[in-house]
Amino acid sequence: MLPIHPQDIQFQIDRLAGQDLFLHLEVSSGAYANHLDSSRPPASAFISNAVIRYTQGSISGTGPYRVGLKTEQGWIYAEGLTHVDEFETEQLIMAGHDTQGKLIVALQLGQNRF
Amino acid sequence: MNTIHVEHQNILVVFPHPDDEAFLVSGTLAMYIGAGAQVTYACLTLGEMGRNMGIPPFANRVTLPAIRKEELAASCRAIGIQDLRMLGFHDKMIEFEDQQLLDDQIMMLLKELTPSLVITFYPGYSVHPDHDATGAAVIRTIARLPVVEQPLVHCIAFSSDHEKMIGKADVTIDVTAYLAKKMESIQSHRSQFQAAELVGERDLNDEEIQSRFGTEQFWTYRFD
Ligand SMILES: [Zn+2]
Repeated sequence: MLPIHPQDIQFQIDRLAGQDLFLHLEVSSGAYANHLDSSRPPASAFISNAVIRYTQGSISGTGPYRVGLKTEQGWIYAEGLTHVDEFETEQLIMAGHDTQGKLIVALQLGQNRF
Repeated sequence: MNTIHVEHQNILVVFPHPDDEAFLVSGTLAMYIGAGAQVTYACLTLGEMGRNMGIPPFANRVTLPAIRKEELAASCRAIGIQDLRMLGFHDKMIEFEDQQLLDDQIMMLLKELTPSLVITFYPGYSVHPDHDATGAAVIRTIARLPVVEQPLVHCIAFSSDHEKMIGKADVTIDVTAYLAKKMESIQSHRSQFQAAELVGERDLNDEEIQSRFGTEQFWTYRFD
């Protein structure tokens, strides 16, 4: 994965707007959070291959980045994004990693299911 | 000192994640295989929800399953495991999976292989929900076999309260002689092993390897 350059992400967000897309959205403390440090309760959530469509979206912040996508009925939001996969036209794969390189957040949009 | 001298012809190992085998049982399996055992490793998921992506990250959520599949196969080659079965369940979801489906697959393996030893996680004392759910499925399924057909079950336990609840391990295996294979198995999991809580990024010296990985421990499950 590559460090995020926000203008490239914005370009891809705009390109994928207004069409049905598969969404994978995830945050994770990891299942071992509490085992390794009893002050850290585990908290994780993911939704995989939800079909969504957004009308507008943008990336903001100075890194780690935030992304907000406005859908017809609500919003999709992720914070802590640091890395992006090599660009492919039909998808946008972003993730946030902590200082140890572990994934803590993922936001993926694609025309094909994940 | 080894507390076990039994020979096993067929061994079935059931864990949910690629790399569970490497850290927990690779030395023991290499030992049994060296003595002539046939080992089947049923790995329930591809660990596709894992959070380690390599340091620096070279995997992502989309590429991780294929990468971990390769790593798992390489780890099995390092250990000498003859038969790897990837059961295709979804990582992190074992506790929510259809129990009948899970149990049926385990029962089919037990009937096909008739192992004399099964290695899995001790349900309730294995920290990760997938570990506990995998161990529970194996124990539940073996408990349905007639007593004479029940294999010996060696469980892994490592929750912080495990010793208080189930006592000390009754099987301790010195795997010093198999550490080269064990480290090769661990390092096959390229996207995982450099994480600080596993091996770390630094090369370990021989004493560190010996003290951290030289012994493997098991709890014999009592069905009565
Ligand atoms: Zn595991």
